[in-house]
Amino acid sequence: MREQRSIFDGIDWVMVGLFLILVFMGWINIYAAVFNEEHQSIFDATQRYGKQLFFIVFAIFVGLVIMLIDGKFFSTFALPIYGLTMLLLVVVLFTARDVAGARSWIDIGAFKLQPSEFAKYATSLALASYLSTINIRMDELKTKLVATLILVIPAGLILLQNDTGSMLVFGAFALVMYREGLSGNFLLFGLAMAVLFIFALLFTPLTMLIILGSVGLVVFLFQRRKTWKLGLSIGAVLMVLMGFVYSVDYIFNEVLEPHQQVRINVLLGKEDDPKGAGYNVNQSKIAIGSGGFTGKGFLKGTQTKYDFVPEQTTDFIFCTVGEEWGFLGTFVVIALFAALILRILFIAERQRSAFTRIYGYCVASIFLFHFMINIGMTIGLMPVIGIPLPFFSYGGSSLLGFTILLFTFIKLDGYRLQQLR
Amino acid sequence: MSFQSKHTDRMYVVMGIVLLISLTFLGRLFYVQVIDKSYQLSADNNVLRYETEFPARGRIYDRDGRLLVYNEAAYDLMIIPRQATSIDTTELCRILNISKEDFIRKMDKAKAYSWRKPTIFEKQISTITYAELQEKLYRFSGFFVQKRTLRKYPEPVAAHLLGYVGEASQSKLDEDPYYKRGDYVGISGLEKSYETELRGQKGVKVIMVDVFNRPKGSYKEGKYDTVAVAGKTLRASIDAELQAYGELLMQNKTGGIVALEPSTGEILALVSAPSFDPNLLVGRVRSDNYRMLQADTLKPLFNRALMSEQNPPGSTFKLINALIGQQVGVLNENTTYRCPRGYVSGSFRMGCHDHRSPLDLRESIQHSCNAYYGNVFRNIIDHTGKPWEGFAIWRKHVTSFGLGTKFNTDLPIEYTGIVPTNEFYDKYYGKNHWKSLTIISLAIGQGELGTTPLQLANMTAAIANRGYYYPPHLVTAIDDEPIKNRFTEKQFTTIDPKYFEPVIDGMAMVFEQGGTGYRSRHDSIVMCGKTGTAQNPHGEDHSIFICFAPKDDPKIALAVFVENGGGGSKYAAPIASLMVEKYLTDTITRPNLEKPILEANLIDPSKNVSP
Repeated sequence: MREQRSIFDGIDWVMVGLFLILVFMGWINIYAAVFNEEHQSIFDATQRYGKQLFFIVFAIFVGLVIMLIDGKFFSTFALPIYGLTMLLLVVVLFTARDVAGARSWIDIGAFKLQPSEFAKYATSLALASYLSTINIRMDELKTKLVATLILVIPAGLILLQNDTGSMLVFGAFALVMYREGLSGNFLLFGLAMAVLFIFALLFTPLTMLIILGSVGLVVFLFQRRKTWKLGLSIGAVLMVLMGFVYSVDYIFNEVLEPHQQVRINVLLGKEDDPKGAGYNVNQSKIAIGSGGFTGKGFLKGTQTKYDFVPEQTTDFIFCTVGEEWGFLGTFVVIALFAALILRILFIAERQRSAFTRIYGYCVASIFLFHFMINIGMTIGLMPVIGIPLPFFSYGGSSLLGFTILLFTFIKLDGYRLQQLR
Repeated sequence: MSFQSKHTDRMYVVMGIVLLISLTFLGRLFYVQVIDKSYQLSADNNVLRYETEFPARGRIYDRDGRLLVYNEAAYDLMIIPRQATSIDTTELCRILNISKEDFIRKMDKAKAYSWRKPTIFEKQISTITYAELQEKLYRFSGFFVQKRTLRKYPEPVAAHLLGYVGEASQSKLDEDPYYKRGDYVGISGLEKSYETELRGQKGVKVIMVDVFNRPKGSYKEGKYDTVAVAGKTLRASIDAELQAYGELLMQNKTGGIVALEPSTGEILALVSAPSFDPNLLVGRVRSDNYRMLQADTLKPLFNRALMSEQNPPGSTFKLINALIGQQVGVLNENTTYRCPRGYVSGSFRMGCHDHRSPLDLRESIQHSCNAYYGNVFRNIIDHTGKPWEGFAIWRKHVTSFGLGTKFNTDLPIEYTGIVPTNEFYDKYYGKNHWKSLTIISLAIGQGELGTTPLQLANMTAAIANRGYYYPPHLVTAIDDEPIKNRFTEKQFTTIDPKYFEPVIDGMAMVFEQGGTGYRSRHDSIVMCGKTGTAQNPHGEDHSIFICFAPKDDPKIALAVFVENGGGGSKYAAPIASLMVEKYLTDTITRPNLEKPILEANLIDPSKNVSP
């Protein structure tokens, strides 16, 4: 057994390096997004970039603290942490004030905390803890149910806070369960349902009936043995699918709010409304697109700085990257995120401890989901769902949440070497 | 045991998903950022506002440096409909003093033109409104004020020749990309013909604005800005005092006066009566006044001095026949003819009035003898034995005085007048089936002749110069730089200078005892003139007088044309004589001559006091 010399022993410097680069880039892009002549100093604490620097320093400090904690702590206290966080989510429901329609913030003195950012962490720990228990098998129904319950509790509480974006993040854990043995059919089924969902929004139920009917007929005709039984089962599947189509139609028209309907229609290209609901995405695309190959240069962006792009320091921070640094900049950022996620996956796979591996997959999945939705939304590939870009978007809670997620994994990875050899 | 878990290969699926998403993003970004250039354009449209700086239009001075046209600041309220959201319309309507309906109508109009381009919302708001609006403008996003200039005329004269400016028409916009909707352009007169010089060069300032349309500074340190260049100053040849006096003399009459400086061809005065105050066609009142002037049955917008071409020159044309007669050798200064109170040839008779007989060339002009010119004209036409040949020669000499052609002056509209051609008579009478007697009316300036007052004035100048003229024109210097172009090129007539003397002597005798202009004589100025009466099938004859003075070294040559004024000596001669006196001495010493002219009213005969 190797002797531990310092807390940095066994640390994966690649992940730490990627973290530092991303945080730094996020900071200077926040600076560029809200830059104004009156407050030129990037350290000006009255401005968002000054505050973000404070958050960064604080997050790094918390990262260091995590490195000091014993590796056993996380797996041991996974469930208590989970329980406490769930309690916090309930408290938020009763104490929080409305901020832009969502009730997800707790005021602690001068600071505001968003417990949903930490719910992802707690859920990751709990899921990793549960799935790494000896004799737990993913293909058992009970396992699936318990695992789903672990996700549904925080997701439901966050949905009650009216924070749909953060709620959707919990869908990312499906990827973790897939890795741990959940049949790929669930993912494919989910994907198929998503496709069918989009089709159901795009076309009328009658058109859908014709499309699905034709597909069913083709499937039937290509079968070697055309039996009654086959025909009946295809018919049954068709019935179920049409039921789904009708319910989508119903939910879209009767349950969704008008603004949500418009958002979806804009994304699907059914409505072109560059001044209304499509404004954000349109301006975001203009900002990114106007960057060209090499960008307009640091602090030279006009679309973001002059407020054409909404939320340009938080959800739409990627626009500043696109406008000022061009395709080169966006390429670098995407490459960095891909590298970080792949690195986490790679390191997760080399773990002896199932807990660490599953936890690593949780972290990777959460990053991947944020990355996919946030950047996809700025370039019009995803609906506008307000979730931050990890390490880039302005905001203390999210930065702290992502840092804790990542550094816990770095700690667990370093701990691996001390644990079994 | 192995710590290797099952399903390890699923790692590759997950990693594959990460790569797939990343590559999809990169592909999309490459398209949006590198391939599709439209986003760059949209970004510029978002953030760049092109503010036009309108140059001051050039001023116009008269020949003595008196200001004729200058600019006054005016403010147009502009709107960019796309940015005009959630504004206090009630407040804006109150400031502009317009109704809610007006507001909606103007807004719809602007939207129909363009959502993102600036349109004029309210034209030429007053300085007071502007002051109030400027303070509160920040509250009306999408609105801004564009400074413009309006033309002002300190002296209400010379409306026809100065012309006016108005908004560029659709056809002008299509034809010249310099003009944008709402831009002003010269529509008539000097404003039109010197548009390029007067308008200057528009400047453009590219400024960056934020999403609330607040200016954020110049774009790329003003690299794409251009400075407005002020329009050039014109010096017009007219004498504002003479012009004003001419308009005064022509009050309550219709007709025209054109006065030229023979030695240069510069137009000293160009009067078309009835006239109007040029200030009527400025600013917001322009369209109403324009409609009013257009509906006027006396056609004040019609520039009679340049456009009235149907009227024959009458007896003034005898001078031309006298010159041609000498040139072709059928006449000399001593040639005499008898006048049995008319010209008689067989059964043909062309009447004349009572005067001494026989008379020579000089006396024929003094008394305006019809018989004399009947003889002269027939001799000219018949001098080769073939009337059509003789006519062609005659015509060539006539047109060398600028009759029947355009001078292409620097005024936009000018008519050619009429000098008939061989083809014309061939067509009318059959090929060469006509002879001198057929067209004898031309001898005394009647028949198929038509001359504008400008052509008559130029003809007079050519006589005053003894054989040449400069094309009449109005602008003598642009930005104090004297013009040097076709207007400074001498045009020679086809008549030898020596033949002018007896004719000019005769014109001087017109003002002597027995002459047709005796009543309009001046004691100290030796004037040379000729009366004319243009027969008018529609009513009273038109009164014509041409005149230059002094006899030696002429300073002014002019033609006066008074519609329905009867004989030339009645109205036209006194007016011409007074104009000469005014120009040469700057005083009027003959109130007895002036008073009846000022009192005469030919427009409403019931008020007329015949002189």
